[in-house]
Amino acid sequence: MPDPAIRVRDLVKTFRVPVREAGLAAAVRSLVHREHRDVRAVDGVSFTIERGEVVGFLGPNGAGKTTTLKMLSGLLYSTSGEATVLGHEPSKREPAFLRQITMVMGNRNQLQWDLPALDSFDLIRAIYRLPADQFRQTRDEFIELLELGDLVNKPVRNLSLGERMKVETVGALLHRPQVLFLDEPTIGLDVTMQKRIRSFVAAYNQRLGATVLLTSHYMADVQALCRRVIVIHHGRILFDGALSELAARFNATKTIGVMLKDGSVDLSAYGEVMSIDDERVTLRVARADAPEVTTRLLRDLPVADLTIEDPPIEDVIEHVFAGAAEEQQAAAEAAPAEAGARTS
Amino acid sequence: MTAPAKPAVGPVRGYLVFYLTAMRIAIATQFQYRVANYFYMIGMVAEPVIYLVVWSTIARQQGGEVGGFSPGQFAAYYIVWTLVRNMNIIFTPYGWEERIRTGELSGMLLRPIHPIHHDLGFFAGWKFVVIVLWLPIALVLSLLFQPQLDPRPIDVVVFAVAIWGAYLIRSVNYWILGMVTFWTTRVGPIFDLVFTAELLLSGRLVPLSLMPDWAQRLADVLPFKWTFGFPIEALVGRLPESELLGGLAMQGLWIAIGTIGVRVVWRFAIRRYGAVGG
Repeated sequence: MPDPAIRVRDLVKTFRVPVREAGLAAAVRSLVHREHRDVRAVDGVSFTIERGEVVGFLGPNGAGKTTTLKMLSGLLYSTSGEATVLGHEPSKREPAFLRQITMVMGNRNQLQWDLPALDSFDLIRAIYRLPADQFRQTRDEFIELLELGDLVNKPVRNLSLGERMKVETVGALLHRPQVLFLDEPTIGLDVTMQKRIRSFVAAYNQRLGATVLLTSHYMADVQALCRRVIVIHHGRILFDGALSELAARFNATKTIGVMLKDGSVDLSAYGEVMSIDDERVTLRVARADAPEVTTRLLRDLPVADLTIEDPPIEDVIEHVFAGAAEEQQAAAEAAPAEAGARTS
Repeated sequence: MTAPAKPAVGPVRGYLVFYLTAMRIAIATQFQYRVANYFYMIGMVAEPVIYLVVWSTIARQQGGEVGGFSPGQFAAYYIVWTLVRNMNIIFTPYGWEERIRTGELSGMLLRPIHPIHHDLGFFAGWKFVVIVLWLPIALVLSLLFQPQLDPRPIDVVVFAVAIWGAYLIRSVNYWILGMVTFWTTRVGPIFDLVFTAELLLSGRLVPLSLMPDWAQRLADVLPFKWTFGFPIEALVGRLPESELLGGLAMQGLWIAIGTIGVRVVWRFAIRRYGAVGG
């Protein structure tokens, strides 16, 4: 069995940031005495990703997703811990490593602004020393896959955000990397454009067997591409497993949609009414109670239609983060009491 | 179908292809902004014209010469100055802050080629646009100020090499200076100090032979002279052959020192990179 594409052990990244209060007095004080504090952006993260896997890396803003991706792509040095990507230590930034990876950052322009994308693609060919025939074949294939058409002949500055993102994506993959770090690749794009980028990434993964680590706040990206997700919060991993398990682990509820034959009836006795839309009522019930509630609904009422679903993944993720925040607050409240107990 | 672990061509050919492509891209980019480039160059010409008018006036008042320079020689010095100045334009150290803040540097770091090659290639390409735009400006200045310029073939050859040497010296030295940005965010005052030293000790403000002896001795041990004064004086024809060849050797030495400096400082600087901009 080949080595995993990405192996991370106890990875830590601490940033030293200046601390200064607001106001003139603080500004004057900072002239003679600068204070700093250490912020642990990534706090002992470990995971392994096999070759060809597509993994969603989820977390709220500031969770440590992008910092982790930057360490894995060689942009940042870790404070401690180990990381290997395709057998390389990313921070060494060896050309043989950089030739096999890419990182796509949403809203980041790496193409020549004033020239058509085709010119930038030529520069990429020169940078990666690609054989001319392989380069042309890949370029034309990607242009077709993303339906870029004549857009590659227009100066990049004249393209819309979505069009630019598509040509950026092509530019980032022309050297056919084996590992893709995609950091919010669809941010700011409309639904159609998001879908096209997703399809392209999926096709790339299938054709080349590439490994993909994706961060996105759009759950549609994650659901379409990733069977496995890693959830990170405050620099620590909260969950690493199948996307389908995430709901089971972190959400103890099911959603039951009910439509009755003879109009609406108060269904609050069966569960928490989440919404009433025309004649359709959506209930939230405990996962364990779902079979029994369903049986009661079918027995007691003239049901025209009934569906049982897991809650939307966005709600599950929100629930995970809310739970983590509560735990952290509880830990913070407990800490002074413990400290007090030790010193009294 | 996966990425080749090794590139298709060797490093020498690879760098050659890269530089030629980067220069072609730079030329195409700069020709997009012909008018802006012209105004930029006209603005840049204002500086030597002021020096030229001042020194020519002083020379006439002192009986036709100042420190061995006649008005015609001053004209030659400062017209050649305009070309040398344009040829040694490099990526400004002030640009590092933006490069870091906008995340541009992150994109460069993801490529399997040192970012300095991008700057060297891009600005080298720009020179060809500059030369095309400079020719009519030089013609007008020559008609106005009647330069006394009679270079030997060796002067022309040394000048042609020296302007590229000057470009490389400035590139590596200001790369090192720009990397100070990794340690402290507001670096403008440090850069201003260095640029002032360059202005005084390079032959940019005034030919070095007109400076006091101590300033000339100081200029000899600093890199600035080899980026302005030496290439200009090589063409103006005031240097013996030994000084011409010695000057090229000094340029080679400063390029070597700067290259080692870039490698050493880069190694430490990149560890401090926070990639905050993306």
